[in-house]
Amino acid sequence: MLTYNKPTTVDEAVILLQQPQHAARALAGGTDLLVELRSGRLAAQGIVDLKRIPELRALRAEQDGFRIGAAVSGAELGEHATLKAMWPGVVEAANLIGSTQIQGRASLGGNLCNASPAADSVPALIAAGARCTVAGPGGRREVPVESIVTGPGKTSLVSGEFVVDFVLPAQAARGGDAYLRFIPRTEMDIAVVGVAVNLTLDAAGVCTTARVAVGAVAPTARLVDAAGAALVGTTVDETALNALMAAVRAACAPINDKRGTIEFRTHVAGVLAGRAAKIALDRARSRA
Amino acid sequence: MSKHHISTTINGEPVEFLCDTAQTLLDVLRDELGLTGSKEGCGSGDCGACSVLVEGRLVCACLVLAAEVDRCAVETIEGVAQGNALHPLQQVFLNEAALQCGICTPGIIVAAKALLEKNPDPDEEEIRFWLAGNLCRCTGYDKIVRAVQQAALVMRSA
Amino acid sequence: MGRYPAGSPGWRDKVTGQANYGADFSLPGMITGRVLRSPHAHARIVSIDTTEAGKLAGVRAVVTAADFPDLPSEVVAGGESPVNYRYISCNAIARDKVLYEGHAVAAVAAISAGVAEQALKLIRVEYEVLPHVIDVRDAMRDDAPLLHDNLYTEGVDPKPTKPSNIAKRTEFLLGDPAAGFAESEIILERSYTTQPVHQGYIEPHACVASVAADGMTTVWSSSQGQFMVREFCAKLLKIADSDIRVLPAEIGGGFGGKTTVYLEPLAIALSRKSGRPVKMVMSREEVFKASGPTSGGVLQVKLGARRDGTLVAAECELAYQAGAFPGSPAIPGCMTAFACYDIPNARTVGYDVVSNRPKCAAYRAPGAPMAAFAVESALDELALELGMDPVELRLKNAAKEGTRALYGPKMPVIGFVETLEAARAHAHYNTPLKANQGRGIASGFWFNIGGQSSAAVHINEDGTAEVVTGNPDIGGSRASMAIMAAEVLGIDYAKVKPLIGDTASVGYCFLTGGSRVTFATGKAVVEAANDVVQQLRARAAKIWKCEVDEVIWKDGVAHPAQGQTDTRTQLSLAEIAASAARTGGPISGKASLNVGGAGPGFGTHLCDVEVDPETGRVTVLRYTVIQDVGRAIHPGYVEGQMQGGAAQGIGWALNEEYVYDDQGRLQNSGFLDYRMPVASDLPMIDAVLVEVPNPAHPFGVRGVGEVPIVPPLAAVANAVARASGVRVNDLPISPPRLLAALMK
Repeated sequence: MLTYNKPTTVDEAVILLQQPQHAARALAGGTDLLVELRSGRLAAQGIVDLKRIPELRALRAEQDGFRIGAAVSGAELGEHATLKAMWPGVVEAANLIGSTQIQGRASLGGNLCNASPAADSVPALIAAGARCTVAGPGGRREVPVESIVTGPGKTSLVSGEFVVDFVLPAQAARGGDAYLRFIPRTEMDIAVVGVAVNLTLDAAGVCTTARVAVGAVAPTARLVDAAGAALVGTTVDETALNALMAAVRAACAPINDKRGTIEFRTHVAGVLAGRAAKIALDRARSRA
Repeated sequence: MSKHHISTTINGEPVEFLCDTAQTLLDVLRDELGLTGSKEGCGSGDCGACSVLVEGRLVCACLVLAAEVDRCAVETIEGVAQGNALHPLQQVFLNEAALQCGICTPGIIVAAKALLEKNPDPDEEEIRFWLAGNLCRCTGYDKIVRAVQQAALVMRSA
Repeated sequence: MGRYPAGSPGWRDKVTGQANYGADFSLPGMITGRVLRSPHAHARIVSIDTTEAGKLAGVRAVVTAADFPDLPSEVVAGGESPVNYRYISCNAIARDKVLYEGHAVAAVAAISAGVAEQALKLIRVEYEVLPHVIDVRDAMRDDAPLLHDNLYTEGVDPKPTKPSNIAKRTEFLLGDPAAGFAESEIILERSYTTQPVHQGYIEPHACVASVAADGMTTVWSSSQGQFMVREFCAKLLKIADSDIRVLPAEIGGGFGGKTTVYLEPLAIALSRKSGRPVKMVMSREEVFKASGPTSGGVLQVKLGARRDGTLVAAECELAYQAGAFPGSPAIPGCMTAFACYDIPNARTVGYDVVSNRPKCAAYRAPGAPMAAFAVESALDELALELGMDPVELRLKNAAKEGTRALYGPKMPVIGFVETLEAARAHAHYNTPLKANQGRGIASGFWFNIGGQSSAAVHINEDGTAEVVTGNPDIGGSRASMAIMAAEVLGIDYAKVKPLIGDTASVGYCFLTGGSRVTFATGKAVVEAANDVVQQLRARAAKIWKCEVDEVIWKDGVAHPAQGQTDTRTQLSLAEIAASAARTGGPISGKASLNVGGAGPGFGTHLCDVEVDPETGRVTVLRYTVIQDVGRAIHPGYVEGQMQGGAAQGIGWALNEEYVYDDQGRLQNSGFLDYRMPVASDLPMIDAVLVEVPNPAHPFGVRGVGEVPIVPPLAAVANAVARASGVRVNDLPISPPRLLAALMK
């Protein structure tokens, strides 16, 4: 019989989740977990609902950015005006996950730990340089978001560990981010390609830093260093954008599946990178 | 392990029920509480026919464990009309032929009501994206979008 | 009518959540049924052992094909087209072989869904996996794996000696196509493919069956015809029609897909064995894997014309996927392909081909959209090559009253030309486009049908009326029935309550399909209401002590006939109803008819799209549906049919398809990856009602529900071609496919 527990503290949750072979599963928004449960694919013997732990539901501005509880819903992120103003790309990415109904439940923690290569919020978080707090039997550690997912459905979390919250740094004065994804419809699809760009400019409009991350084109979301490097030192002109697009395409290692082909994903990843960079650039300029 | 004893409020009335972990809120609404107005079209959150509000938030009841709603307020299609008086959305949907088979209608009315409470004057695009999670195979959405706008007008002038 | 109800009689329950659909019924003592389905695309069933499942606590019954009569393979009349009950039976539960992933193998009824699902895991099925074939072209090859050892191609001479996956070849011929092509100044020949698409109703198949100790069987089910369910279950289980009563649930969408049975026979067998009412509901995955899509097809079109655009000859060869059992709509595909046009020399050849996919079911104008996609796409290219406006080209060749159709008859009064003229005059057609945008136009035809219908009109003591028919209300027919009855009776429609009877409470009605209900059942309602009017006049005559001929009925009131000059007052329907007991008893009219004279339907669609040349994404910007609807009884619902059909066609054109892996397993059996249009995918859909009344209906009604899904495939494809300069002749025009074409 499947058990259900709703701990109210992180420590309690760690104990409940500390089961061999991940036999206990963490529940945040449940928009992936319940589909698994319903299809009979859920192997777990217990469900640990993390939403009654206050830390996982908190969203607050801190001195150096934002701390976002792992179970905060997409809808709540979208309603947070200052977060949206500083990290529009991250919020847009989170808000692209599913329908209005899904937004009422889906969380950053779940989107990350479900470990889908196509998770929308993950490239945006990586590009933003977000870190997450992992709690577990060994205490707490703060790690970059990109260190969590190791492959489709696989994470680096050990038994008893879960993500408590995310820490988004403060966006630079002349910084901007953007996330674009490609889906066949306008809503309700899983990303066929996702690209996030986060860049900063100097007073002269020259790009000083750039982080570019891609989703759905490799076993995990990837930070593409060469793509960021293509923008740094430029005014993000056509030449730089072409170099960015080429670097993104070179970093793609997608598969053919029901959602897209290798050729399509690779080509469109470049297209979206170029478009996302332009949006990020406009945002960086308008923040300056 | 025994069943979970859940105390909740549904459409303003206190309700208690027993459930297994694997039962969704939709299972309990339909099979245990006789509230069959919320429909199951997919069981995976892709059609919106089971749209309900939990603590004021629009969700798919098929993607919520029944055990999760302990001490929460749940609102379903059965709570939209006040006694015999239809909600403006319900009346306008009937007047404007904004439904055909009607299986998606409860979910769409619950979702549209949530939209109009948040935004009393949504434009076409806002309505379409808000309702993108509510599949309708009969109408092509045209009359649904118009009905939501019409109901919004009725509600604003009320 | 001049007036129509703002509301929808009988529909209030649909907006409050109180309407009872297939899965909403419960009975005391009811248990739950679940189906074990094949994991293989093609396999021989070596053995099925249900012993362990039967022993599980809480399991009340287990059935396999052994619990059903082994029916002979014979084609008999029934349903919308001839049916072979052996195929329907073997599709409901596999006998000897499984023919597609998801094919039912066994069913269990247990005290809970959980126990039933546990029991399914205890059923041991030994399969001998066989090579499978998914694609229709592959299935037609000589070396293809054979689905049925005893299937020989019908319609070829001499009769084949080897079995084949081609169930049937059909040919229609008019004039002399070879001579026609010889005199053509321009010939255009193209190939097209379309993918199977699912009807996509949001309500999964669901039913409750209860078999009493004396064998009396009651079924509550969501279908397009309670009489169809009774007929099919009676045949499949060898029960007398009179021993089955089928009560129609509210239906949550059908579009043709609920014109057959899947769960009902299993639920009856399980109830019979367990002695308990059994509820069965499909999951969405089961709906996709085991209920009918419509066929995908491979089509070849050849058009011959003169330089002035006159079509001289035309040919179309099409092969449609039937799925696991014969029965694709290849024949209606052949019949409809050129029905919009007056072409003196034409030939169509159709092949009905089986492959390891679910058995196809009817879907809105079955067979016509694929043929129209091919023909209307080719016509668009012809228009471009001739430098002609595509509406003008169609007008030049449009079928009119008296045009000989390739499939035989001459067209009666039709309104195709009127739709084209309306298109040409529409603001949509004359609005400039921007870069990367294109406008497509396409037309379509559907026969529409009549058939057997019954109706009863009962007058109540208070002057209200009930209209009882036997057709599930799938898109507003209750309102149409009430309006027509009210019109004849001369009373306010609000006083008319439309009801849908079960199989024991109303005369036979053929199913809701073929766009027939407002036409055929509507005609029965009109006749039943006329029967009532006759009785009302007779009662008035009795009260007035005069002859019936001396009473006329007008606006709901009996009047003395003209020339009568006495002091008799008028008698309203309510007054006559109130005194019915004293004048001869209840007033009730009925009609049971086999209705002919269905008026063919034509539509012309305009579609504007924008193509993103870098990603292949197509956005539908504007869409206009123009259709000859005969006479719109309830214009709101008529528009709704047109808009809904267009939306389904747009999905078919752009994104909907079945994706199989190399093992023949469906990869997208959910709404997430079977991409039907969502609200944000579509623009407003302008519906223009052209009214050319059908002389065979008292109010001029012609069917409207199916025509609107015929033109959109080509309307979208033509718009994409004109927007991008690239023509994609293989549906769906999904972004990867269009981008690949753009980058060539």
